[in-house]
Amino acid sequence: MRAMATLLLAAAALLAAPAAKADETAVTLKDGAGRDIVAANCGACHSLDYIQMNAPFMAEKQWEAEVVKMINAFGADIDAANAKTIVDYLTRQYGQGG
Amino acid sequence: MTALLARRHMLGIGAVTLAAPALLRGRALAAAAPPLSTGLPDGVYGSASLEALPGKKPLIKLSYRPPNYETPISYFDQAITPNDAFFVRYHLADIPEMIDAGRWKIKVGGEGASNSFELGLDELRNGFEPVEIAAVCQCSGNRRGFSAPHVPGVQWGVGAMGCAVWKGARLKDVLAKAGLRKEAVEIVVDGADGPVLDKTPDFVKSLPVWKALDENTLIAYAMNGALLPHWNGAPVRLIVPGWTATYWMKHLVSIEAVTKPFTGFWMKSAYRIPTGKFPIVQHFESQMTEANEPITEMVVNSLITAPAPGHKARAGTAIELRGIAWDGGYGISRVEVSSDGGKTWHAASLGADGGRFAFRPWRFRLTAPRPGSYEIRARAGNAVGQTQADALIFNPAGYHNNVARPLPIVVA
Repeated sequence: MRAMATLLLAAAALLAAPAAKADETAVTLKDGAGRDIVAANCGACHSLDYIQMNAPFMAEKQWEAEVVKMINAFGADIDAANAKTIVDYLTRQYGQGG
Repeated sequence: MTALLARRHMLGIGAVTLAAPALLRGRALAAAAPPLSTGLPDGVYGSASLEALPGKKPLIKLSYRPPNYETPISYFDQAITPNDAFFVRYHLADIPEMIDAGRWKIKVGGEGASNSFELGLDELRNGFEPVEIAAVCQCSGNRRGFSAPHVPGVQWGVGAMGCAVWKGARLKDVLAKAGLRKEAVEIVVDGADGPVLDKTPDFVKSLPVWKALDENTLIAYAMNGALLPHWNGAPVRLIVPGWTATYWMKHLVSIEAVTKPFTGFWMKSAYRIPTGKFPIVQHFESQMTEANEPITEMVVNSLITAPAPGHKARAGTAIELRGIAWDGGYGISRVEVSSDGGKTWHAASLGADGGRFAFRPWRFRLTAPRPGSYEIRARAGNAVGQTQADALIFNPAGYHNNVARPLPIVVA
């Protein structure tokens, strides 16, 4: 069991290393209020190019639906205040006409 | 992290080394501008890039994490898609980076089976009759990027698909060993990849028993005569010829017969189409509602692979058009080409038949008598009378887009 635990810890350490398989650090979101909150929350589970490629055809209602889906269906731990910040940022920077 | 590893352990691979070899930790190689189709959301043109994942040729990167990379159109000018150019599609970003195939186990059982056992790769290869089949693996959302209006999701162009010769054991033979009970209604399959967060629903799918027992449904351990690439589900993935790739579970670790319809998120909420809106034959009965149903078979479709868009030709000189056509496994019966915006159509010549689940090559010699700009379209039909849609059948997830795409050429 101890050997197993050591192996698992070693594996955990490796998994904790940067997960980037390709250079996603090259993805830069537009500057604007809320960008860091978007990067931290959305970027916890997926690279931020998901936002860029889904632009600029979504209006506020659709961006809100995406954020709600991430929270309710995918279990993202985002509180109400951050959720609002994220929807506002996405609508302004990557929404229709953005 | 602990929970994540515990989950893997429960799946029987906890002790398998998860260490990432340098090969897979390396950065993708950046290359030239990606060959994107027209008509995608504007954002794609700024964010997509042509990059090589370890072991792959440069493909069109749509998202880094989870990795979603599509095959450039030039690779479809042949009926079999090379392994290193085959598209990559993941839903969730926790992907085991190195898999010790010698210790790989698939758990087989469930309440709908009389026996449960673990299946290793050697037994899968040697204990069951090997079967080879050429089949198209196409993402349900292939061509989502052309939806009008656009819909959220990975904004695929034409390359979230490929055709390979798969080799493996029949799922039905493995299920026979498990002793499928008559109460079984669905077969639930899971792969080793999973979510980053514990709360995110793991990607788990089910098949109706009748489709699982189809003689063409395989557990594949080889692809085009080689081992499966890591990014395409090594060491074993499910092959469900005729049906969209959502059922083709990668990194397969579990096969479970159940006596009630499976209620996981990826069946109940995702990968669904409006009931009755598409002209399809096969339905997943135990998962249907009045409003919607799971996506099942691929709709008939075609692609012009040559010449390239914007090709310049001389009036009166023949242009050789080439392409491929495919469907849900009924067999392509005809491909037609139009150069006048769909007013008149002319039969193309069908090429070698690689089987009813494979890409069917076709060609057509086109001579434009007068200079001008032309839009060339191709449309396919199959043995059960299905044809490509004249106009987009809109659905919120952007599935089943088989509208003929115009190829612009210039004749001088």
